[in-house]
Amino acid sequence: MLEFRADGGVSQVVNDTSVELRDVTKRHGATVAVERLSLTIRKGEFFAILGPSGSGKTTTLRLLAGFEQPDAGEIIIEGRSMQGVPPNRRPVNLVFQNYALFPHMTVADNVAFGLEMKGLPEGEIGPRVAEALEMVRLSGKQDRLPSQLSGGEQQRVALARALVNRPAVLLLDEPLGALDKQLRQEMEVELKVLQERVGITFVCVTHDQEEALTMSDRLAVLHHGRLLQVGTPEEVYTAPASAFVANFIGVSNGLSGRVERIDGQQAAVTVEGIGVIHCPAVAGLRAGAPVLVTIRPERLHLSRDQGTDGFQNQVSVRVAKAIYAGNETQYRVTLPNNLTWKARIPNADGAAQRFQAGETAYLKWRTAEAVLLPE
Amino acid sequence: MNTKKSFPWLIVPPAATLIFLFGVPLLLVLAVSFASRGTYGGIEWVGTLTNYTSIADLLYLRIFWRSVWLAVVTTAICLVMGFPMAYAIARAPKRRQGILLLLVIIPFWTNFLVRTYAWMFILRTEGLLNTVLMSLGLIHEPLNILFTDWAVLIGLVYGYLPFMVLPLYAALERLDPSLIEAAWDLYAKPVQVFTRVVLPLSKPGVIAGCVLVFIPSLGAYITPDLLGGARTMMIGNLIQHQYLVVRDWPFGSALSFVLMAGVLAAVLYYLRAGGARSLT
Repeated sequence: MLEFRADGGVSQVVNDTSVELRDVTKRHGATVAVERLSLTIRKGEFFAILGPSGSGKTTTLRLLAGFEQPDAGEIIIEGRSMQGVPPNRRPVNLVFQNYALFPHMTVADNVAFGLEMKGLPEGEIGPRVAEALEMVRLSGKQDRLPSQLSGGEQQRVALARALVNRPAVLLLDEPLGALDKQLRQEMEVELKVLQERVGITFVCVTHDQEEALTMSDRLAVLHHGRLLQVGTPEEVYTAPASAFVANFIGVSNGLSGRVERIDGQQAAVTVEGIGVIHCPAVAGLRAGAPVLVTIRPERLHLSRDQGTDGFQNQVSVRVAKAIYAGNETQYRVTLPNNLTWKARIPNADGAAQRFQAGETAYLKWRTAEAVLLPE
Repeated sequence: MNTKKSFPWLIVPPAATLIFLFGVPLLLVLAVSFASRGTYGGIEWVGTLTNYTSIADLLYLRIFWRSVWLAVVTTAICLVMGFPMAYAIARAPKRRQGILLLLVIIPFWTNFLVRTYAWMFILRTEGLLNTVLMSLGLIHEPLNILFTDWAVLIGLVYGYLPFMVLPLYAALERLDPSLIEAAWDLYAKPVQVFTRVVLPLSKPGVIAGCVLVFIPSLGAYITPDLLGGARTMMIGNLIQHQYLVVRDWPFGSALSFVLMAGVLAAVLYYLRAGGARSLT
């Protein structure tokens, strides 16, 4: 594809965009469900939309499926504007949160439904259905009714029913929400493998940050209908764009303070009741600005002696609670300003290194481990 | 809870009511249907089958046929009219559903006889309908509706439409809206969404509604009597005629039993063919 640039030149553009939202706004009565949302989703990508309930993530999915039309903005799927295009004429299929399998049809009839509606010849439908059922490991259950299947099996039927149509984009609404924990973890991997195998763009809506981080190539964090951050799981996890993202993406410890001074790559932050904490500086930061220092529980160290041994930051704490969790111990520690933090310390060093509730200890971390967020 | 099987005492009052107020009179009617008519209209306990054999008269068979036909058409019209109504109510916001259902039931608050008289005022030659249509210039001569099959049909549909709407509403209200969206998402056109998903899943409601409209329509008495006049007799009128005018109780009883057997056979067949499984 050729693009005519503003400077008069012509350049080759590799068009790998699958879905594009341009300034999409959707209101439900007086409340704004989605506000000026712009997103670009690449072909063959596993894209997660993450947010708490009411963040507008489900509305976004329904806008993509065509059940709702945007009040403003534009949705482009596979280079085609979806303005006024009803769901039955969009190149997308949705896996519903409750699966929405047709209870009066067998598994095979459910999976064949889309192909039948498309008007495929009878002879082609059979093999395609068999292939789809094999893909989700449900061969042999084609004559069952949905009510005769387990939750996990029902979900795989829902997947097969959507994938059999070979849509350009597969939409998934909280796909693992109804499964128990063990099955959920299995399905996380299975979904990812499936997506890589079929090479279809997956857009998955979830409120579970772990699910989003595990499965997606890239993810978007939504809050109150606004886009807070887009990036790879690593980018979002290690460099959250705001205090909300940091909190939502994982249990993060936070300290509110004020920037004391900036020395090149480092910023010194004064926290009331604790003292000065060193953090990596971020662009646009000025002395005196209110900030939130965040640090993840697994980046913290706990020690009995006061020696800094390479850790630039140290706070004296009291252990409030110690929970043994197999490979690690999860601590609740109380800071001098009475804030409670979480720390996750590996158990590799044996029982002698563990702390009991009530003990005093020194919480330590390297400057590079902290993330500074403007407040 | 007591797991031992004890006698279900709670069933006694309804069972007794059914036995004495339904079972016993029914047996009486059955017995009378095999008796003979006395010269002055009384019952003579002389066993005979002539009451049943004389039903096979073309005159009576024609009345049976008219009744069945009117009941079938009534049921069909109620289904076609009731479905969109029930669907609209089931899809309305929860708070408004109660009000809409109330509107469906409100006619029951007035006596059926009074409401049927009201229809006579609407349908007669100088009635409301003709006056309005003529003053609008839509017709130039009054329509002759009252005392025809059309009037009976209008009255039956009016009277029994709620019995179609209520079970349909119950079935449609349970229908998961995401199934409709799923069909839509899977390339189904609106008509296909209806025929492939909505209709099959509301079948129990359709069956219940049709049974509830068909049975009372078939045995209707007030509506054909008042709106149909003397020329359009239905089974109900025939039976009433035998009991109160001709004073041939045995023949009236036989007619009642044939009607009941016919309805029972038709409903059983319909339930079996229409998938009784989905009803239970």
